[in-house]
Amino acid sequence: MDKQLAKKYLLGMLKIRQFEEACGRMYMQGKIKGFLHLYIGEEAIAVGSISELSEDDYIITHYRDHGHALARGMDPNKIMAELYGRVDGSSRGKAGSMHLFDSNLHFMGGHAIVGGHLPIAVGIALGLKKQNKNGLVVAFFGDGAVNEGEFHESMNLAALWKLPIIFYLENNQYGMGTHVKRSSANPDMLYKFADLYGMPSTKIDGMDVLTVRDSTREAIDKIRKNNGPILIEAMTYRFRGHSMADPSAYRENEEVQKWQKEKDPIELFKQYCISNDLLNESDFKSVDDEVKEIIQECLNFAENSPLPDMSVAKDKIYNIN
Amino acid sequence: MTEMNLRDALSKGLREALDTNENVFLMGEDIGIYGGPYAVTKGLFEDYGSEKIIDTPISESGFVGAGIGSSMVGMKPIIEIMTINFSLLAIDQIVNHAAKMHYMSDGQLSVPIIIRTVTGAGGRLAATHSQSFEGWYASVPGLIVVAPSNPSDALGLLRASINDNNPIIFAEHSMLYGVTGDVPDQYYETPIGLPKIIEEGNDLTIIAWSGMIPVAQEVSSKLKDKKLQTEIVDLRTLNPIDFELIFNSVKKTNKVVILDEYWETGSFGAYICSVIQENCFDYLDAPIAVVNSLNIPMPYSADLEDEVIPNTKRVLMKIDELLGL
Repeated sequence: MDKQLAKKYLLGMLKIRQFEEACGRMYMQGKIKGFLHLYIGEEAIAVGSISELSEDDYIITHYRDHGHALARGMDPNKIMAELYGRVDGSSRGKAGSMHLFDSNLHFMGGHAIVGGHLPIAVGIALGLKKQNKNGLVVAFFGDGAVNEGEFHESMNLAALWKLPIIFYLENNQYGMGTHVKRSSANPDMLYKFADLYGMPSTKIDGMDVLTVRDSTREAIDKIRKNNGPILIEAMTYRFRGHSMADPSAYRENEEVQKWQKEKDPIELFKQYCISNDLLNESDFKSVDDEVKEIIQECLNFAENSPLPDMSVAKDKIYNIN
Repeated sequence: MTEMNLRDALSKGLREALDTNENVFLMGEDIGIYGGPYAVTKGLFEDYGSEKIIDTPISESGFVGAGIGSSMVGMKPIIEIMTINFSLLAIDQIVNHAAKMHYMSDGQLSVPIIIRTVTGAGGRLAATHSQSFEGWYASVPGLIVVAPSNPSDALGLLRASINDNNPIIFAEHSMLYGVTGDVPDQYYETPIGLPKIIEEGNDLTIIAWSGMIPVAQEVSSKLKDKKLQTEIVDLRTLNPIDFELIFNSVKKTNKVVILDEYWETGSFGAYICSVIQENCFDYLDAPIAVVNSLNIPMPYSADLEDEVIPNTKRVLMKIDELLGL
């Protein structure tokens, strides 16, 4: 770990944190509508894992997708404009927060049906394998998705066909308002589902960006060697509600505060940087300044982008080429 | 021209696609070693191997999604869902994902898949295996739905579907696989979205598709005894539809009967009816008659099944009642 890399990880996580905080503010101001799911608290997973991918690799994810999109390098301006429903958004204002796409970056979507994108992850990997392409697929999903049939169908197909996929389970412990203990019969062992499909799996601390990075690197090496799928369960916690509409009546404030105080991935990484003489307070400030500028710019960009007209709504329903 | 049945026409089209497009592969339940539940893919596994003809587990959502994903990175999968009843297990993939991907990504991604599936009743398979959901799928923006009734359209529409870049529900009626007809020897495609007049007449128009075409033909032949000339429009495609041809037929005959194997409530035939009455009201001499399956889950026993599906007797009664013919 050198100073530059440390800065990169810190910047990656802070960019997501502040982007999400800005989204929350803009939602309260009525600039952003609809469902808005913030990734605050889970930043280490997106940054630690996606930083290990090559440009040949593919990402597909769930509706809490801003963090993955930003970590992959998607333009914050385009994302914010999309959230504002403006014509310069990534889908010209037709898709919104839950459905970010950037095919050039192989960012194959945020998808808003729990577990519904997992069969598609299988297909992307199948397509790559059939064309003898190098890439692998990282499919992010939450603890809620493991109780969907599509999760199990996808796990079986990926293992049966020996496809290059990392099933990345972001276990933030709540499917909307239902704790994993109230939804899974064996809640501490979700990663063990992989055993049934003869698939290697591991459970890691998803709040530690370096643990996430190392586990991802190891998984990628294994996949390149063995060409079969792997499941990683990363334990995490979302600091905000499920969506902006969440009254958070299902968990105690003390629980949220305890996680924020003891396991904030950004604070943990800052402590690591200080104790290893990688970055100091003045470095933190310069990263913070850089991020603030990015966020302000994307808010300005979104604000100044025009609204789409009906010709946009009627476009791209079918591929007419 | 070569005479062949609809099953063989489809098989010919699949072989052509496999021979000419290296990104085409077939995927579905028992389409390979078993030879295909309706034998459309018989012999393909032997000739093309397990990389091109993939037997899948019984995981409809899983393998339809796998087809979608593969098409997003350049493949051209032809997916078989054994029957349209089982497509309900994959409806999330079809409606929430395949139909939306191009739109929600604003054209960044496309899903050029074909889902071949068997629709319709008539085989005494009872309530869960006798349904006709092609009209449902036709109501979803982003999906294309084709439903051929004869061998030459089946081959022509399969070719057009292979050259199309959208998700296509290719509905094949279980009772039509043995229907024979002439198929041109030279290459042709049947345009998606274009209905066809398969019998010309001046006295009334019957609009039908897929398994209702043989009923329409039988009705037409009975009406000839009354010296009535029926025009039969075979929709061939349910989404999109070029309505001009339909309107022109209505303006000529002034009387319309629509046959739809789906239940009465919420049927695709009722949608066609509403489009016609909005556009051709002044040309109509009688109410538009829509004949559907009765609002009953399909019973097993033969006589009961025959009564529930629109049949010649019931269509003729309706024509007598509503059109006064």
